[in-house]
Amino acid sequence: MSDLATYAERKGLWSWLTTVDHKKIAILYLLAGGFFFLLGGLEAILMRIQLMYPNSEFLSGSTFNELLTMHGTTMIFLAAMPLIFAFMNAVVPLQIGARDVAFPFINALGFWLFLFGGLLLNLSWFLGGAPDAGWTAYPPLSSGHDFSDQGIDYYVLGLQIAGIGTWIGGINFIATIVNMRAPGLTFMRLPMFTWGTFVTSVLILFAFPAITVSLVLLMFDRLFGANFFDVNAGGNVVIWQHFFWIFGHPEVYILILPAFGIISEVVATFSKKRLFGYSSMVFAMVLIGFLGFMVWAHHMFTVGMGPVANALFGISTMLIAVPTGIKVFNWLFTMWGGRIRFTTANLFAVGFIPTFVIGGTTGVMLSVPPADYQYHDSYFVVAHFHYTIVGGMAFALFAGLYYWWPKMFGTMLNETLGKWNFWLFFIGFHLTFFPQHFLGLMGMPRRIFTYQEGIGLDLGNFLSSLGAFTMGLSTVFLLINIIVTLKSGQAAPADPWDGRTLEWAVSSPAPEYNFAQMPLVRGLDALWTEKRNGDGKLLPAEPLAEIHLPSPTILPFLMSVGLFIAGLGFIYHLIPVIVGGLAVTLICMVIRSLVDDPGYHVWPRELEDPERGVDA
Amino acid sequence: MSTQHAVHQTLPPEPERATLEGRNKVLGFWLFLAGECVLFGSLFATFVALRDQTNGGPAAAELFQLPMVALTTVILLTSSLTSVLGILAMHRNKLAQTQAWFVVTVLLGLFFLGLEIYEFVEYYRHGHRLTSSAFGSAFYTLVGFHGGHVLFGILWISLLIAQSFKKGLTVVTAPKFYVASLYWHFVDLVWVFIFTVVYLMGMVA
Ligand code: HEM
Ligand SMILES: [Cu+2]
Repeated sequence: MSDLATYAERKGLWSWLTTVDHKKIAILYLLAGGFFFLLGGLEAILMRIQLMYPNSEFLSGSTFNELLTMHGTTMIFLAAMPLIFAFMNAVVPLQIGARDVAFPFINALGFWLFLFGGLLLNLSWFLGGAPDAGWTAYPPLSSGHDFSDQGIDYYVLGLQIAGIGTWIGGINFIATIVNMRAPGLTFMRLPMFTWGTFVTSVLILFAFPAITVSLVLLMFDRLFGANFFDVNAGGNVVIWQHFFWIFGHPEVYILILPAFGIISEVVATFSKKRLFGYSSMVFAMVLIGFLGFMVWAHHMFTVGMGPVANALFGISTMLIAVPTGIKVFNWLFTMWGGRIRFTTANLFAVGFIPTFVIGGTTGVMLSVPPADYQYHDSYFVVAHFHYTIVGGMAFALFAGLYYWWPKMFGTMLNETLGKWNFWLFFIGFHLTFFPQHFLGLMGMPRRIFTYQEGIGLDLGNFLSSLGAFTMGLSTVFLLINIIVTLKSGQAAPADPWDGRTLEWAVSSPAPEYNFAQMPLVRGLDALWTEKRNGDGKLLPAEPLAEIHLPSPTILPFLMSVGLFIAGLGFIYHLIPVIVGGLAVTLICMVIRSLVDDPGYHVWPRELEDPERGVDA
Repeated sequence: MSTQHAVHQTLPPEPERATLEGRNKVLGFWLFLAGECVLFGSLFATFVALRDQTNGGPAAAELFQLPMVALTTVILLTSSLTSVLGILAMHRNKLAQTQAWFVVTVLLGLFFLGLEIYEFVEYYRHGHRLTSSAFGSAFYTLVGFHGGHVLFGILWISLLIAQSFKKGLTVVTAPKFYVASLYWHFVDLVWVFIFTVVYLMGMVA
């Protein structure tokens, strides 16, 4: 905590446990999210081995259910969300010309809560068995002890802890974007990724409390004998479905909107053109975010809500296709006549477009209630949401990884290995999920662990498994690429891609204080504006002065450990453990309130190194 | 940002918004409350859906004692007023008055909580329990969540009062008082809805 310790001096494990720097937190999110992504991928491959041939006995039905549940839960909550947060942390403060986020402490707390929630969930593998009621955990499958064991308790408490972390992370990003923008950076000049982050954070703010409540109800039923979902005592299982999807549908847009932002940045940069229809892109994004809250019951067409509700939710779902279509056309028009460079990042972005369009099309098909009675709970739905989540969000995450890796780590990923990564993933992806549409139409239900021979499902499943292995192989190429780059990567310049937005104006990686002087923004695509109209350097908006930064602290880590312990206490009904865990968290909060953080000061002039280029 | 630790002899007129940190805190807290609205909204929806599912136990109209609930309502609303007076005193840079009004707020909060616990014990004796019916589960979860918020508010504001003896009113402590009073208003507002939806509508149903 001393004023003298400089950035460079703070290394080692301790500095990672105590960091409140958004750039380091980004790396933590990337590591943890990447780890869970590999874990979820492994679970998927095990399932695909089981389904490769009919009547296979590789896995038992109950293990299959556990893998299925953990795969979905892990991928959505522990891989996709944190990987999005990794880029939000790495990029948004830089894109808005800020020194830091609005709440560095809360930012760190959000990460540790997510991590310990995820660890708690995965601990179930070793203690009592993993949850097995699907990622949607519908009661009564999940509520009583008739159908499921202690695994669901891990699901409830792990997700509760991780969810709180995500929620406060969202609040942090809204406040950051509203309050911390550089002078001149109006909302209609925000880069698209920052817009995506903003709208997504608003969705997080309003959607996550709904799952918090669902999990509370389920927890009370399971642990304290409440009767929310016990039909015999007057409970109602459909309540869960409503709350789960009031959260769950916005959640899919929480994932995709930042992905749209990444695609917009990458496509514009590598077409060397301004994004076509910027304001309609913003409008479409806000509209999608808004409509995203109106459509949750399209997951419940078959519940029996009646024709009026089904029709309304069907129509509102179809409406979303309009702003989504606007975005697709704008990406195409951005590329039209541009000088396109097919870097790995751009390959993923370009590959995203047709893939996501297929996912959107099947979405519109599903939004027709009478037709959905046929598709519902079949492999057709599995194909739909993998085209949107993997073909949409995961492609965008790869694009973002190759695009921003230099800014995060200061080295360039290898392009040759990157292209192997892309092509194997692209081919593997379509091989896996395209046949699943037809498997669904031929009547294969989702969430089954095996099927009979000779009923027309053999070929589709076989191809699908081959595709999954191909995607696994492509991930190996990514890992090799990362290892090679970390060992002997070529150093990255500040602006390797001839970028347009502010993050490319600072060195790679960015210095601790981001900008020595807050920049003055004079147009959309702030850096590009200066490249065109100025000398390519940003104008400073403030005099060069010492910079105040918050001190590192271990409290966020300890608070999360406390909740982790309390979670275990709840699962095993151990009141002293619950009290002890909560006490750790509360005491940390008291310390945080009592001890003011003096922070420390940095003098950019002393740190300025001509080799690294001028920082603003 | 470096203004954060400057010692202000005269507190600026709106100390909670005088620094970027303070403005961030106030905005962040409003966002927090927006999310809390969804949280309580979901609990209200659950309650409304399950209120008639008494599973053979006592129904709302047989249980609730309106005079006492009206008393708790008055107490809580008064505590909102006293926290406003505390903030007004803070804006005039009167430390002792600020502390006094917040102490009154905390005491009223404790009074409320005491009555609520008494009420819960009474209901419990009449067979209205978390485990007795879906109505019971929904009732105790909604009202109990609110009570938990009151408890947290009491602890939080007490902590702020305690530290204000040492730190006084500064641009660091003022935003804390300010957001704590926002929180307290929110908790009171939720209670107004509980009073209406749970108790009043429970009596007429
Ligand atoms: C933005 C990207 C999207 C993502 C990430 C996404 C994700 C998902 C997921 C995860 C499910 C299945 C949930 C489950 O049962 O486990 C699903 C189902 C569904 N999606 Fe999408 N979706 C997206 C876009 C769309 C669009 C654009 C539409 C319609 C215009 C749509 C309509 C539907 C419908 C109607 C279902 C319910 C199908 C059923 O269960 O019978 N989705 N989606
Ligand atoms: Cu949906």
